[in-house]
Amino acid sequence: MAEGLDTEVKTNPQGDVITATEAPKAKEKENKAAKQRVVTPEYLFFEAPRTKTFITGSEAAKEAIRRANVDIAISYPITPQSETMQQVGYLYAEGYLKDYYRGEEEYGVMSAIAGASRAGVRALTATAGPGLMRGMEVITSWPGGRMPLLLLVMCRVINAPLAIQPDNVELSYLLNSGVIVFHAENQQDFYDFPLKAYMISEKCEVTLPVAVAVDGFFVTHARGWVELPPEDIKLPPRECYHEAVPMMDNENPPARLSRDAPIQKSNFISYQMHASWQQEIWAAQDRARPWIKKYMGGLVEVVNPGAETMIVASGSAVSQSREAVRQAGERGDTIGLVKIRSLRPFPTQELIEACRHAKRIIVPEFNCIGWMAKEVRSALFGQTKAEIIPGPRVFGGMSMPTELILEYLYKTPNEARMTTKPLTV
Amino acid sequence: MATATVSPRYQVLPGPEGLLPPSACAMGVELPQDGEGLVEGVIVSEDKAFKAAARAMLTRRNPTLFPGPLVVWGWNKHTEEKASVVLEIAAEIPSVKIIPMPDYRPIYPKIDPEAVINPCHPNLTIWHNKIEACIFVGLHCHFANVTLKMVRAGTNCYTIALCAEAGHEDAMASVPRCGTEKLHKMVEALRQVKKEGLTPWALTADGKRELAAERAQKKKQREAIAAAAPQFAHELVAGLDENEE
Repeated sequence: MAEGLDTEVKTNPQGDVITATEAPKAKEKENKAAKQRVVTPEYLFFEAPRTKTFITGSEAAKEAIRRANVDIAISYPITPQSETMQQVGYLYAEGYLKDYYRGEEEYGVMSAIAGASRAGVRALTATAGPGLMRGMEVITSWPGGRMPLLLLVMCRVINAPLAIQPDNVELSYLLNSGVIVFHAENQQDFYDFPLKAYMISEKCEVTLPVAVAVDGFFVTHARGWVELPPEDIKLPPRECYHEAVPMMDNENPPARLSRDAPIQKSNFISYQMHASWQQEIWAAQDRARPWIKKYMGGLVEVVNPGAETMIVASGSAVSQSREAVRQAGERGDTIGLVKIRSLRPFPTQELIEACRHAKRIIVPEFNCIGWMAKEVRSALFGQTKAEIIPGPRVFGGMSMPTELILEYLYKTPNEARMTTKPLTV
Repeated sequence: MATATVSPRYQVLPGPEGLLPPSACAMGVELPQDGEGLVEGVIVSEDKAFKAAARAMLTRRNPTLFPGPLVVWGWNKHTEEKASVVLEIAAEIPSVKIIPMPDYRPIYPKIDPEAVINPCHPNLTIWHNKIEACIFVGLHCHFANVTLKMVRAGTNCYTIALCAEAGHEDAMASVPRCGTEKLHKMVEALRQVKKEGLTPWALTADGKRELAAERAQKKKQREAIAAAAPQFAHELVAGLDENEE
């Protein structure tokens, strides 16, 4: 019977192999995981040979986790995150993770993953849209608890009416939580950023959770080219005894060094300590900057520096902007582009530098409220005379045609409809 | 001739800085690399940082060591070795006090500022003992940073952080990656500064007078406690025997 199962291969309507039914070669797969060797982050990120593959964002994240030496993954299903964590489940089945389970719901998941991080293991969770909002109370406690871990956020609509479509308004709620936030543009970023996020998160002077966000569906469910290093190498394990706070260690004396008391009993700590503690979280964010520069090539990427018109964007809006920049180039116009990789810490100085020569700045976004435009205006206040145009924006699942970006590049939107003439009827 | 413009830099100096000063990191102070140190917010060579730290500990009032859990508790052999070097540092500073931060839990209803320093209100220990120079060593970085900011906010203490990891922006002097070897350099720096002719505060006329007055005051306090609470005098003065069965 078992032998018969070995040969059965099921596919989904698109013809992809449903890997859950491929199972019983577990021993061989476990060996593959066990044979992985630890390499330096520098080797894995910059030196190891890479092979180009055409995979979805979810699969790219899976390949990152395969090489990330993760100990535990906990999550609760929610579209469009579910597929990524399903992929991570396969990794657990293959022996790449030590533990993996589905929590009760997001509040429980975010609490459980906090426990894992406090216990000193490398931890992964993921969520999307309403799931992020549900878990937010716990998520905002992570930075204060100095918990290094990785949260993957696959952005989707959060507002009523209910929808599962792409929209990244949820990130605006995450920006002031103290969590470090990176925004992946494409499948390649969604492979690279999680690995680098772990290394940054676990630096002693940082010791903070990192969220790697990506725009759902556009990246998670679409295929793109991703350059991957070999499967048989992985990051060094977490060094939990070289971090900013003691681990919750109930095995070794003195167990009294638990972090609970000062954190959880606010009425027992001084107000000044809490204030100093909050300052320390944001200082730790700033201490991440040199590591983001080292591992990620900087908090921003600048295309066509010195251009008079600059586009400032993050996530999928960058991809659309790249194409708009190319199309404008065909017309003979040089348009600049600032891709913001790190939303927190925010690249204020880098943005000021990149926009120094700009006369016009447009900020395309995949959300209704325009949180990126607010960030850009705040960062550039008093630093530029450029006209900052908050848009174009699409949301509720809409895609962003490059024509829309071009329209904003060449004229001020809605200008033709503005008048000072009185209404005559 | 072109004039070079120098951007103003944030100075990390003994306070009191005020109710809630910004973290030094937020003001642009960066952490030193291995082989370097921080003095008053400026990256200098490790040797210069040790020398600045040694001068502060030997010239300012009531120099004190604040050892944290990573040297107070015998976690492993390395910890024990490190603790013994910390004692060597102490031995080079006349009349130095050693007040531990054994853990980070709040201590209520109130702390004994002569016995411990606590990250909830480290200023109380510094005020009570009139400490104007101190070394933090063996603390986890988060609690060191929280503490250093509060000390800078509310006291005039010159803080030194000998850190096993990346160092501390909010200390007036800090050296990163301090294993036992680097802690020995602190011992050497103290010896060197004394060899150069510096008279430690405790051996100056002012220091001797102040320390004598402190001794007399403490004796008086102990006698007052003993007289006011005769039934419990032994326990209050000598402490409880925690090993008693």
